Amino acid sequence: MAAVAGALDLVRYVGRWGSRPAQHVLGNAGRFTYLLIDLMRGLTEWRVYLPRMFTQATHIGYGSLFIVLLVAGFAGAVTSLQTGYQFTGSLPLYYAGAVISESMILELGPVLTALILAGRIGARYAAELGTMRVTEQIDALESLGRSPITHLLLPRVIAGILVIPALTMFANATGIVVGYLTAKGSLGLTYADFEYGARYFFRPLDLWYSLIKSYCFAGAVTLIPCYIGYNTQQGAEGVGRATTTAVVSASVTILLLDALTTKLLLGVK
Amino acid sequence: MIQLQNISKRFLSNVVLDGVSLDVQDGETVALLGPSGVGKSVTLKMINGLLKPDSGDVIVDGLHVPKLKRHELAELRSRIGYVFQYGALFDSDPVAENIRLGITNEDQYHDEAYWKERVKECLRLVNLSADVADKYPAELSGGMKKRVGIARAIAGKPKYLLYDEPTSGLDPVNADVIDGLIERLRDELGVTSVVVSHDVRGSFRVADRVALLWQAKIRAVGTAEEILASRDTAVQQFLERDLEMSLIQAEGNQDRHGA
Repeated sequence: MAAVAGALDLVRYVGRWGSRPAQHVLGNAGRFTYLLIDLMRGLTEWRVYLPRMFTQATHIGYGSLFIVLLVAGFAGAVTSLQTGYQFTGSLPLYYAGAVISESMILELGPVLTALILAGRIGARYAAELGTMRVTEQIDALESLGRSPITHLLLPRVIAGILVIPALTMFANATGIVVGYLTAKGSLGLTYADFEYGARYFFRPLDLWYSLIKSYCFAGAVTLIPCYIGYNTQQGAEGVGRATTTAVVSASVTILLLDALTTKLLLGVK
Repeated sequence: MIQLQNISKRFLSNVVLDGVSLDVQDGETVALLGPSGVGKSVTLKMINGLLKPDSGDVIVDGLHVPKLKRHELAELRSRIGYVFQYGALFDSDPVAENIRLGITNEDQYHDEAYWKERVKECLRLVNLSADVADKYPAELSGGMKKRVGIARAIAGKPKYLLYDEPTSGLDPVNADVIDGLIERLRDELGVTSVVVSHDVRGSFRVADRVALLWQAKIRAVGTAEEILASRDTAVQQFLERDLEMSLIQAEGNQDRHGA
């Protein structure tokens, strides 16, 4: 632990004396790493964060369900219509079953859900924590000898990591069902054909891939806004800036993680 | 006992404190007076370790605050109640939960019978009725928020109480109520207090000794009588300015009552 702390101090030291952009990046990297270590340390204090975690999970899970399912439904329907436009007359219709289900499971379900939640949950976390910082509520917690990490950050991060993958699975299922219903209505695709196509190209790895991706995205959607909100400065303007930065940073990270997980998990060359 | 030993602090090029030293004896109430922006709140935050001095030392109960490890600092903070300038109440929690968070003993914090009773007791100590416990901070007036902030600070039965501008933003009547409360808590709980303020009259009322912070240094320390008798131009200038403000406020009150 001492070696890690020493290395982090070195990063901060180099950052302090480097050019301004390098200083900014290294300073943030150091503080973010310290935050991750603090979150790990706080895991033992379950009596503090578990009750708050359930409240957060209810807020973000129940509150986000409608918008996530709405977007997933539209994504499934549009994929279905575009598949019909591309394939009609050139490929067997059962391919539509494969395209819709694989598109939803591999890409659209996890990525669209994460991007929506980066806006919805990420903005909420950054704004809440930022406001608490500028109104001295975080200082107040510290002055009471309590850790803001276990009281404020851990409940939010754990709630997000539990809820976001679940929402992603709901989104996958909704997109596939709506995609099938759209294909049935517009292309005349039968359930048997749809199921045949979906099963023919399906591999269990696809579902695992979708789940692992959603966990990675959940990390980005929760950790980045929490970090940015927690370090907010300069009043109301700072809260606004933190909220925008949190959503943009989380969204960009989701896209980077999308490319990285695809490369690593599917072995695409 | 609280000891500030030659502490200095700067933010970028702005020197906020420059070699400030001050002792606060056990059971004593010291008011830290000074105009806005001279580092009064910064000094207070150094006492409970929310900020670290660039140089110098802060000693509380024999512990060197800037050198404490995180768990040692948390333990020390459980003995220090801090009343924030704007209350800093947790706005997503009701008053009861706000005060409960001030209970620093974990077993007592989780003991429902204890914390409910303690919340009632703290509300009584700050002259608020028990039904305030279910309200949210947004439903409270400025004066009530200050009092809930004090209730939270005393919930853990601290040895020290730090007040950051406890009467700022309040009308004279509510400011008097808060000053009375500070006196009462000192007498009933026997706490050692540091009160940061720019209100001379209130500070003279509640404090055993007053320290005037002026241009990053302690300019004068003493009892109210000693400060009033001081021939230091900076002290006189500050007192005169505050007197003018008091007169303007008093005239304003008379006009309102007359109308």
